[in-house]
Amino acid sequence: MPHDHHDDDFHHHGMSPSGHPYRADDDHPLTYWQTMEIAMRELLTEKAILTPAEIAAQIDAMDSREPANGAAVVARAWMDPEFKSRLLANASDASREMGFDIGPMHLIALENTADTHNVIVCTLCSCYPRNLLGLPPDWYKSRSYRSRVVKEPRKVLAEFGLSLPKGTTLRIHDSTADMRYIVLPARPKGTDGWSAEDLATLVTRDSMIGVGVPKSPS
Amino acid sequence: MGGQQTDAELPEDHDFALWEKRVDALMVLCSTKGYFTVDGLRRAIEDMGEEAFETMSYYERWVAAVNQNMIEADAYTLAELGERMEQIKARGPTYGEATDG
Amino acid sequence: MADTNVETVRIKSMMPPGHIRTPAYLRGKCGVIERNLGEFANPERAAYGLKKDMQTLVRVRFLMKDIWGDAAENPEDTLDAEIYAHWLEKVS
Repeated sequence: MPHDHHDDDFHHHGMSPSGHPYRADDDHPLTYWQTMEIAMRELLTEKAILTPAEIAAQIDAMDSREPANGAAVVARAWMDPEFKSRLLANASDASREMGFDIGPMHLIALENTADTHNVIVCTLCSCYPRNLLGLPPDWYKSRSYRSRVVKEPRKVLAEFGLSLPKGTTLRIHDSTADMRYIVLPARPKGTDGWSAEDLATLVTRDSMIGVGVPKSPS
Repeated sequence: MGGQQTDAELPEDHDFALWEKRVDALMVLCSTKGYFTVDGLRRAIEDMGEEAFETMSYYERWVAAVNQNMIEADAYTLAELGERMEQIKARGPTYGEATDG
Repeated sequence: MADTNVETVRIKSMMPPGHIRTPAYLRGKCGVIERNLGEFANPERAAYGLKKDMQTLVRVRFLMKDIWGDAAENPEDTLDAEIYAHWLEKVS
């Protein structure tokens, strides 16, 4: 925390003038764009286009979406060949089947095999399977990743610590339009008999983007 | 973007601030309600040009693009926005105080 | 409109301004249709709030050597992208 805390300072008791706790990011100087966000939100609420409850519910939904959702889908596919077939045929429906609210997203699952490795990117903006994995990491949105992974993907993967054998075909998938992608990584060896819950703990976010592989069983 | 030369460094992750999550929520809700499409949002971001990419953060570009689309959808006027922003600035120097009103 | 039944396609190399979801680095390049995705609203109209115009969307698979030539990092690696049918032309 960059801020000093003085017990005699009202604001630093952790409560705002209206009695709500401050968030850590609330006590920086107000910016032009933050001012615009507050103004838009107030105007849209006053005009009954949105309600505060809708905004709060949307933020809750966003916070509840995390890579663990995708990991559960991957682990199920590793355990259940019929589910895996359905996932590869229509990843949106297969995710819904597991109870994940992925909205209108058109999801395609890309299977890594012994000789094929898949990586996802959005070179035009930052399309990401956010309804399944949550918000994209900063590096995924960066110019560096977006521009380089389509031209020198093996070098980029090496920077993530992933070196692919020469014989492996690397397939890059640019989310240019209406599809979103998730990589179905290969199941780690030495996990025979594991439960879906235990398998899911091996599935990292990066392995579902394709810049990593699942953790090895320890 | 694809294939262009850029610096090699990949940025670290960060946690999203409340105001960023609110921008995200406004984008999702307003597009779900039909005020604009994802293409309208992308177009507004692209129209900001290269300089915006250098000088504005991700959610700063998003809030500008959502606003542009809501103005075009006639949800509110520029005068309403401008006057409200002046009132908000007068409430206090931090995001927390300006939000609490 | 281009015929999406043909296997090998070339992405049109035109460069109009505006909101376009065909990446510049693929324009003029040849690939094969990996799968047909169905009909989606043309983003070049949706971006400006115009009436919906449904277009066939396909996934085109390119070999890295066909995109980057001799500069390709590994020639046989591939890149897939979603391209709207009005950006495709037949390769004779």
